[in-house]
Amino acid sequence: MNAFWIILTGSLVATCCSLLGCFLILRRMAMVGDAISHAVLPGIVIAFMFTGSRDTIPMLIGAGLLGVLTTFLIEFFHRFARVQADAAIGVTFTWLFAIGIILISVFAGQVDLDQDCVLYGEIAYVPLDLIITEGGLSMGPRTVWMLAVVTLLIGLFIVLGYKELFLTTFDPAFAAAIGISTTLWYYLLMGAVSLTTVASFESVGAILVVAFLVAPPATAYLLTDDFKTMLGTSVLLGIIASFAGYYLAVWLDGSIAGAIATVTGLEFLLAFLFSPSHGKLRRQKRVQTVGH
Amino acid sequence: MILQVKNPVVEVHDLTVSYDRKPVLWGIDLTLPAGALVGVIGPNGAGKSTLIKAMMNLLPVSSGYVRIFDQPLKQVYSRISYVPQRESVDWDFPASVFDVVLMGRYGQLGLFKRPRKADKDAAMEALEKVGMQGFANRQISQLSGGQQQRVFLARALAQNADIYFMDEPFAGVDIATETAIIQLLRQMRDQGKTVIVVHHDLQSASEYFDWVVLLNMRLVASGPTEQVLNQELLEQTYGGKLTLLSKVGDLLRKQEFPAREKS
Repeated sequence: MNAFWIILTGSLVATCCSLLGCFLILRRMAMVGDAISHAVLPGIVIAFMFTGSRDTIPMLIGAGLLGVLTTFLIEFFHRFARVQADAAIGVTFTWLFAIGIILISVFAGQVDLDQDCVLYGEIAYVPLDLIITEGGLSMGPRTVWMLAVVTLLIGLFIVLGYKELFLTTFDPAFAAAIGISTTLWYYLLMGAVSLTTVASFESVGAILVVAFLVAPPATAYLLTDDFKTMLGTSVLLGIIASFAGYYLAVWLDGSIAGAIATVTGLEFLLAFLFSPSHGKLRRQKRVQTVGH
Repeated sequence: MILQVKNPVVEVHDLTVSYDRKPVLWGIDLTLPAGALVGVIGPNGAGKSTLIKAMMNLLPVSSGYVRIFDQPLKQVYSRISYVPQRESVDWDFPASVFDVVLMGRYGQLGLFKRPRKADKDAAMEALEKVGMQGFANRQISQLSGGQQQRVFLARALAQNADIYFMDEPFAGVDIATETAIIQLLRQMRDQGKTVIVVHHDLQSASEYFDWVVLLNMRLVASGPTEQVLNQELLEQTYGGKLTLLSKVGDLLRKQEFPAREKS
């Protein structure tokens, strides 16, 4: 049963992250996901300090606000200080993450959090934190329920806003010219990334969130030329990585999050080498046949 | 020579646009007539693209305002279409030709609505007009420059707007595509649409446009083509640069021999 819950957790995180990641990588903003996943740390600590508990809702709000603040700061430094986008990302998130670290170390006695947990997560502990009804019936792990709700929200967001997200990603100038607000959809997308990151970080950690945000979409990009197929493929790849990663970790007796991230990397490598349309080996072979 | 028209489709009043506190357009006062094929012409860095972007409210303006169809822009979005420069998007994007053309219908559809059959028919019809119906399912990265430009044009056509802003639609396309595009633009004008085109080639300008706007940070001239494209105004626009003067010479020679055949 534990294996089931852990794989389900991984798959839910993979689904949210891969869907949003497709938009991020096509906007050349993959590293914004990285930034948000780190920069939410002070938000989580501050939320904890205010409420004194590790309840999900205040943490989601605190971290969500920090996530949106991060994207706002990145835009601000990029636009008004005229710093390169990647430099703006680097400055903003390292700074916010560092503040989070200071807050944790200063209030270490009171805060039931540590850097390792934030970075690497504790997906193996997911099945321990169960929701038990008053009748004593186990409803499954708390994290899984929360992630299921978030996945549903993200799915709904992408289905309902599909054409606006698609258009503002492909051609923001045209979108603005026909009256679709690029700023609104940018912040909605970033809000969704913040929500996903925060909901996922506790169970899988920031590193795996970043891996899921970038690797499955990048792999899917190599495998297909159709955007809807890319969304579907990246989700599938993420879920496969959750399964394979879990059993790899069991076999190696190592970190589950680390193993899952490794599998996403392997998937990318395989797609890079063998993709029917973009694969390096495929292309060389084709050139050789022509040469004969 | 700045001619103002009555009942203009586009009215630009005292428009100033700055990048980084450095003005790129200064005090533009401009009116454009309905149903005209308008060329916006000037040297590199004259602010041609900036002008049409500012007209569509894609850039923050330092002062002035723009009215289209005598209304603020926000109320007439559905009647405006835009053909951006080809290089402004990533052509490796995972999308088909049809996906891109269908985007022209998104503005009218509104939030949460999916494209219906009527929208798909309109997109297909637009593709036929630019002669690309056979490419509907082609991935956009497999298109040539001229085909990319036709796809952008089809997207604007699918919108069925009343005023079209086009940023360098003739840049980097072959002569067949250029001829096909100008024929299409003329058809649109004949249907009463207004087409505003950023253009950098002086040679073809006199042949293509009914109305010309000469721009070099300030508005140099705006009026019917035959009244605006003369040596004095072109020199004012391009300054005394030697290479450019030779082009002006070419143009004048062309005026002397108007029967010159065009391939």
